[in-house]
Amino acid sequence: MMSVEAARQLRDVTACFVGIGLPSTGANLARRTVNPDLVLVYEAGAIGAKPPRLPLSIGDGMLGETADYIASVPEIFNYWVQPGRIEVGFLGAAQLDRYANINTTVVGDYAHPKVRLPGAGGAPEIAASCGEVVVIVRQSPRAFVERVDFITSVGHGDGPGARERLGLRGKGPTKVITDLGILEPHPESRELVLTHLHPGVDVEQARAATGWDLKIADDLQTTEPPTEEELKALRELLAA
Amino acid sequence: MRTHAEITSLPDAVADLVRDGDVVALEGFTHLIPVAAGQEIIRQRKRDLTLVRMTPDIVYDQLIGAGCARKLIFSWGGNPGVGSLHRFRAAVQAGELEIEEHSHAGMANRYAAAASGLPFAVLRGYNGTSLPDHTDTIKPITCPFTGERLTAVPALDLDVGIIHAQRADRQGNVQLWGQTGVQKETVLGARRSIVTVEEIVDELDEKPYSVVLPRWVVTRVCEVPGGARPSYAQDYYDRDNDAYKAWDATSRDEAEFAKWLEAL
Repeated sequence: MMSVEAARQLRDVTACFVGIGLPSTGANLARRTVNPDLVLVYEAGAIGAKPPRLPLSIGDGMLGETADYIASVPEIFNYWVQPGRIEVGFLGAAQLDRYANINTTVVGDYAHPKVRLPGAGGAPEIAASCGEVVVIVRQSPRAFVERVDFITSVGHGDGPGARERLGLRGKGPTKVITDLGILEPHPESRELVLTHLHPGVDVEQARAATGWDLKIADDLQTTEPPTEEELKALRELLAA
Repeated sequence: MRTHAEITSLPDAVADLVRDGDVVALEGFTHLIPVAAGQEIIRQRKRDLTLVRMTPDIVYDQLIGAGCARKLIFSWGGNPGVGSLHRFRAAVQAGELEIEEHSHAGMANRYAAAASGLPFAVLRGYNGTSLPDHTDTIKPITCPFTGERLTAVPALDLDVGIIHAQRADRQGNVQLWGQTGVQKETVLGARRSIVTVEEIVDELDEKPYSVVLPRWVVTRVCEVPGGARPSYAQDYYDRDNDAYKAWDATSRDEAEFAKWLEAL
């Protein structure tokens, strides 16, 4: 459901920045369903990659072999991400707070971490400069925390006006897609609000999986269940 | 003046060029990772190195576990597509490894500044993140033309830059293609460089998107077929994904890791 919903977000998008894992599944599914012309950009340098199967890593050879162009890594960040040329960036998170700030660095104290995570990678600049950001993350109290232990990538900072004050040019996270539903920032408070539940999930489950007092949209909706076509494309992609 | 790269064995190149305490970068962004060169550094028991790499992965886990590193400068440390690096993680959690942490954009710009002979690079990044609180090589800077608040990062000060490439000719001109990451900057930004190659050929021919490093900017070229395994070398071999998965178990268990190191 997460990758199907992720793919749906890319219907009218020209170029999207892709990481490995669920974001890659979603973006590749979009190329096979709603948007065959979608330009996939991978941080190892491939622009316009057309992978015939899911890549094993962000530098998988077939990404370069099928790309329209291969840029160096400095060029990817300086010429392509920084000027806002990429409309959508997909990010994952180990921790996420109510303003969609993302932590992928450490759990606990930085100098003496409880868990050392991989770190920032390309995420901070993707979060800052892509037109908008879609976060894909499983919802649990451990991941959805009141305050992230470390801000690796800025979401909506401490609320209204934060991104503008920091000089961040992209819109930041516009959707958080989870295994339970979809959260979106409130237009004024910028706090994440539950706007959609996936079929068969109830509000109590979503609240129980959230480490803060989760607000629920007045017009809470149910996401469209995956269509036959989407499921078929997804199965084919995973089997390829 | 040196007019061409010297072609030597890898053990000779590492013995001559890598010194204890050096700042050393082994680059390759999931493609063309100089694994054989990293393992030669382990065999020669180099110590107190400051290791630099955007994406420390298996070979850095090995170098860290083997005790070669005093410090790591990086932007993403993990086993790509698999999970964590357990030696790296254990060393950081135990406070045994000093770290200097950046984002990819910050690291890429630090390499570009080194290759450009500039003291620092400027980028629009890091604002609002916690990274500047913990990394003193991230500083705010104001644009003298627009007043925009940007970020400065210092050029990497590399003693040795090490990469793997597909091939070189007998004069030491190096050619690599496919996704070439920050390899060009790694060689151009370092005082000394080692390039391991799949093969040495009489003449280089054209390849799409290829990077050519002319012989007079490369210090050593070493023929090491398979030198990037288990990562891949486009048009030579694919990534050995099972080896990446298997590393997880070896790296997780200290005794298993010790056995691996013994056998190296």
